[in-house]
Amino acid sequence: MYEFAYHRPGSVAEAAKLAGDHTDGKLLAGGQTLLPTMKQRLAGPSDIIDLSRLDDLRGISVKDGVVTIKALTRHAAVATSAEVKAAIPALAELAGMIGDPAVRNKGTIGGSVANNDPAADYPSACLALGATITTNKRAIKADDFFQGMFETALEEGEIITSISFPVPEKANYQKFRNPASRYALVGVFVAKTAGHVRVAVTGAGASGVFRVRDFEAALEANFAPAALDGKSVSASGLNSDIHADAEYRAHLITVMAKRAVAAAG
Amino acid sequence: MTAVSMTVNGQHVSAEIDPRTLLVQFLREELRMTGTHVGCDTSQCGCCVVHVNGDAVKSCTTLALTCDGASVTTIEGLAKGDELHPMQAAFRENHGLQCGFCTPGMIMTAVELVSRKGTNLDEHTIREELEGNLCRCTGYHNIVKAIAAGAQAMGTAAE
Ligand SMILES: Cc1cc2nc3c(=O)[nH]c(=O)nc-3n(C[C@H](O)[C@H](O)[C@H](O)COP(=O)(O)OP(=O)(O)OC[C@H]3O[C@@H](n4cnc5c(N)ncnc54)[C@H](O)[C@@H]3O)c2cc1C
Ligand code: FES
Ligand code: FES
Repeated sequence: MYEFAYHRPGSVAEAAKLAGDHTDGKLLAGGQTLLPTMKQRLAGPSDIIDLSRLDDLRGISVKDGVVTIKALTRHAAVATSAEVKAAIPALAELAGMIGDPAVRNKGTIGGSVANNDPAADYPSACLALGATITTNKRAIKADDFFQGMFETALEEGEIITSISFPVPEKANYQKFRNPASRYALVGVFVAKTAGHVRVAVTGAGASGVFRVRDFEAALEANFAPAALDGKSVSASGLNSDIHADAEYRAHLITVMAKRAVAAAG
Repeated sequence: MTAVSMTVNGQHVSAEIDPRTLLVQFLREELRMTGTHVGCDTSQCGCCVVHVNGDAVKSCTTLALTCDGASVTTIEGLAKGDELHPMQAAFRENHGLQCGFCTPGMIMTAVELVSRKGTNLDEHTIREELEGNLCRCTGYHNIVKAIAAGAQAMGTAAE
């Protein structure tokens, strides 16, 4: 690891000030992505702004048909939350599929969404459920937030404070895991709201999470797995690597989407 | 250098450390408690699992400074004197280890698993929960048996 100066702010305002003063610094949440990257010297921030003491950024609430999860809420807390399980079971299940128990005990929803790893799980839920990402400065729609591999609408030093998910009529997430890394080789989140269906795919796209409008239209007409018969996503623009080539990922997208529709019921 | 203090296995410890110090380095190099192992450089093997305020975490993927004020339990903190913790005893009974390198992380993961899911653990649950703990020797079978038995024994011990 390269050297850095360490800060542990006690409020979001103080954290934002530190982030503004140290433009080569990084916010540290659960550290489950940032610390491995720093250990490998793929990142060398001048300053670490440790958010772990910002207790008012932890917690889950459900109000007026919207589940709001504060940024520092750990994956384990979302996976086991009775409120999330009751309102959007697919979201709790997704959180329980991230990494392993020790990763879920540290990793946070804010860190995952801010990082926008092309194989991460939460971005698909944000996009399919039409979530709103709230920061210390503004509210950003998921459709505008994810801008490509590891790219988001966040400005330097902007801090995610919470993420709000409108409760759908039905939803399901199906993840085809990479058995070694446990990240999604392909993950498909399907959500149905009054008259609308959204389908978001993670793990597959060369520029990160994306929606499949063609699947959405077919499912709006008939919310059943058979509606996707013969439909597929073009393999161009999908990732090819040693784990799976683009054609295989394209195939998996249809399979996972059908399974998600079947499981959503 | 930055000051840090925490409770490790019930003892209060404090030191001046480089901010880069990972919790596992603090335990092994500063406190000379070498029971917690480092098996990988990629946060994947689970050999380094310890409890921070009761949660199983990878100490190789945690800054020591983040644990300022926390209560940490390591494998050294489980036995009572010469008497092994029921989970440790179950690993010995069930041949749950060969070289023993992964064992501290396996046992710390298993003890926290019992605190979350109780003392009656089926094989499927144990295997799922061991997702983040790699073993190069045993083929896992006896580890799974040891955890099921150790969980039961923890229930009996608590009665
Ligand atoms: C072994 C292993 C397996 C994993 N498997 C999966 C998996 O299957 N699926 C999956 O989705 N993820 C997986 N992860 C990643 C894990 O979910 C991380 O917890 C997550 O991606 C990042 O969250 P964090 O809280 O740890 O963030 P950190 O690592 O602390 O930070 C990540 C990035 O986000 C920024 N950031 C953090 N919080 C905020 C905030 N509030 N506002 C703005 N920026 C912020 C940081 O500056 C940094 O750039 C895995 C990780 C490991 C180590
Ligand atoms: S040493 Fe911590 S996960 Fe391998
Ligand atoms: S007993 Fe040797 S690595 Fe598990």
